Amino acid sequence: MKNLLNALGLGVMWIVSEMGRMMLLFLESIIWTFRPPYRLFLIIKQMEFVGVKSTLVVIITGLFTGGVLALQTYYGFKMFSAESLVGATVGLSMTRELGPVLTSLMVTGRAGSAMAAEIGTMRVTEQIDALSVLAVNPVEYLFVPRVIAGVIMLPILTAISDFLGILGGYFVGVVLLGISSGAFINKLIQYVDLSDLYNGLIKAACFGLILTFVGCYKGYTTYGGAEGVGRATTQAVVMASAMILIADYFLTALMF
Amino acid sequence: MIRLVDVEKSFGEQKVLNKLNLTIEDGKITVIIGRSGEGKSVLLKHIIGLLKPDAGEIWVDNKEITHLKPRALNEVRKQFGMLFQEAALFDSMTVGENVAFPVREHGNMGEKEIDKLVLTLLKEVGLEGIEDKMPSQLSGGMKKRVGLARALALNPQIVLFDEPTTGLDPIMTEAIADLILETREKFGITAVVISHDLPLTFKIADEIAMLYEGKVIHKAPPEEFSKTDIPIIQKFLNAQKLTRPPKNGGEVT
Repeated sequence: MKNLLNALGLGVMWIVSEMGRMMLLFLESIIWTFRPPYRLFLIIKQMEFVGVKSTLVVIITGLFTGGVLALQTYYGFKMFSAESLVGATVGLSMTRELGPVLTSLMVTGRAGSAMAAEIGTMRVTEQIDALSVLAVNPVEYLFVPRVIAGVIMLPILTAISDFLGILGGYFVGVVLLGISSGAFINKLIQYVDLSDLYNGLIKAACFGLILTFVGCYKGYTTYGGAEGVGRATTQAVVMASAMILIADYFLTALMF
Repeated sequence: MIRLVDVEKSFGEQKVLNKLNLTIEDGKITVIIGRSGEGKSVLLKHIIGLLKPDAGEIWVDNKEITHLKPRALNEVRKQFGMLFQEAALFDSMTVGENVAFPVREHGNMGEKEIDKLVLTLLKEVGLEGIEDKMPSQLSGGMKKRVGLARALALNPQIVLFDEPTTGLDPIMTEAIADLILETREKFGITAVVISHDLPLTFKIADEIAMLYEGKVIHKAPPEEFSKTDIPIIQKFLNAQKLTRPPKNGGEVT
């Protein structure tokens, strides 16, 4: 019993200290975002890494998600002779939920993990200590450009995903399944509001913040050599994905 | 001058530094020796403020650095250069960008001047024509030389060397030892070297300090240091005079 309580206490202490450390680093990142030096070159470099290099995977995800959504909803709606609502369903699902969430999860897998691995390697090879010794704040140098890039690029990628998702839905619904093009587009315009689109993009910006910060945090707190880098990378993907899904619930509850 | 006064540091239950006192004089090469795991690197990280002591004071010139805020600590750090054990070059940058990094961050130089300085620094450490290479293309010895060039870029007053010859062959070890001596001659730096390489230590040291059980148990110039009768120091010095067990009962040393 004593051992159980001891283990429980240690577990709680670990969680509290981890959360505290995360919160302190988060606040430090926010403060450094608004303080010079402003590293435009590094921000652009990270925007290219997070955004441009994720475009292909986002295109594929968006296109096929919209397609499969149209396919699934078509058979359901057909039972009620409501096939014309496929366009609206695809539009609403993509802009409100699937666009931001799937894009963020894909970018977490591609860029969030790479950030954790890169910064983790820098930690175990003393490159982060070298930054400190050279009088450069590692949080300002490593976290801020990545987090800014995530917040800017995720809405852009999500907009691409939304558009291609609807295009995929249109192709499957209209071209393959024979729904009327006019009905598809009319219902889409009728039911999908502009607020659905920009609330989805705001969500994407929040997810961009989460995935880049978690990637940086897990890399920054890496210990234990190559094994530690592997562990940090896995944890970054799992933690960021879970946090994105949890945040998605609360943001949806607030916005819609 | 660097002064550590009653410095204490523990990691969990393990006390690594235990009321450690040490003075490092200006313009001298002080080599800190000790067994593996004695806390030599921990001591070095305290000197440059990468670690904060649990108790005690660390003075760099007339500033006590343990309570400095990050910005003030960074100002103190600009007086330092540090060569890490594995050089710690930024692997996403070329050699030239690595050496130029501190100057781009803190200097007021134009790009042409920076390029010129990079070439000069690389020449000083015996490397020319490698500024466009990536760190992954360099040997261990070359990496350390580039690390030293980067450490010297801001013209520091104090340079810290963390095990500068670990993993190097004897010829490269000799070259690095010469480089440390030349650096001191040319730049007039104060050097603090962490090592357990005794030939290197006796070649370059003006002062040798022995770290044992969290304390500096003896500090003296090399000749005096080797004559001390402190048993653990004699054991440490004698342990590196490698001997081979005799094959037929005869003595082979």
